[in-house]
Amino acid sequence: MTIRIWLFARYRELADQAALDLEVTPGTTLAALWTMVQRRHPALAGEVRPLMAIDQTYAQPDQVVIPGSEVAFFPPVSGG
Amino acid sequence: MTDPGAASAPFCRLGPEPIDARALEARVIGPDRGALATFAGIVRDHHEGRPVRRLEYTAYEPMAERILSDIAGEASRRFGTSHIAVQHRLGPLAVGETSIVVTAAATHRREALAACAWVIDEVKARAPIWKKEFGDDGVFWIEGPGSCRSEGPEGARGQGS
Repeated sequence: MTIRIWLFARYRELADQAALDLEVTPGTTLAALWTMVQRRHPALAGEVRPLMAIDQTYAQPDQVVIPGSEVAFFPPVSGG
Repeated sequence: MTDPGAASAPFCRLGPEPIDARALEARVIGPDRGALATFAGIVRDHHEGRPVRRLEYTAYEPMAERILSDIAGEASRRFGTSHIAVQHRLGPLAVGETSIVVTAAATHRREALAACAWVIDEVKARAPIWKKEFGDDGVFWIEGPGSCRSEGPEGARGQGS
């Protein structure tokens, strides 16, 4: 299945890409997906504390993605 | 006892338009509310000892809108007033401009002050919004309590702290 992944802020700048589609097997976790993103974009290799979201809700690294999930990875937030 | 919070839902907005704090306050005040507390975040000319010329705010917009709304709704339940408005600005902001306004009205001061303080803390902690800082020392992404260099003064890339 294909999962669309969004990157934000500095991660987007490092990857020079806002979104990417990755082909994954059922049961893939967010942590595994992040590793795949880092392989695709070596500039992200040193990023060890990404925040993760599924369908615009914060999610934990062990959460499994399902078909149609909107996944996002981003650095610590700094609004306000 | 009537619930002064039952009349309206909190107001939340995220976007590039300048924020009018007085207009937001007008949305939350009312004859049954004796207290109004407003917090405004203003772009400062320094950060971590560096001079700052301007900031650029970006967001994961649909998630940030959802979280602002979640926070305001949660504040309504916690503090017993739904007369809460939150507006966060996106895009380029100069020093002195307003990046966020939180305003809360309630029957008494304690709930208004507590709701206002709680909402701004939660927005800063949870909303997927980021500041990029532009100054004489370079360009930095602000991330939580820390920051990372994006470009040096000469445009050189690399990571700072």
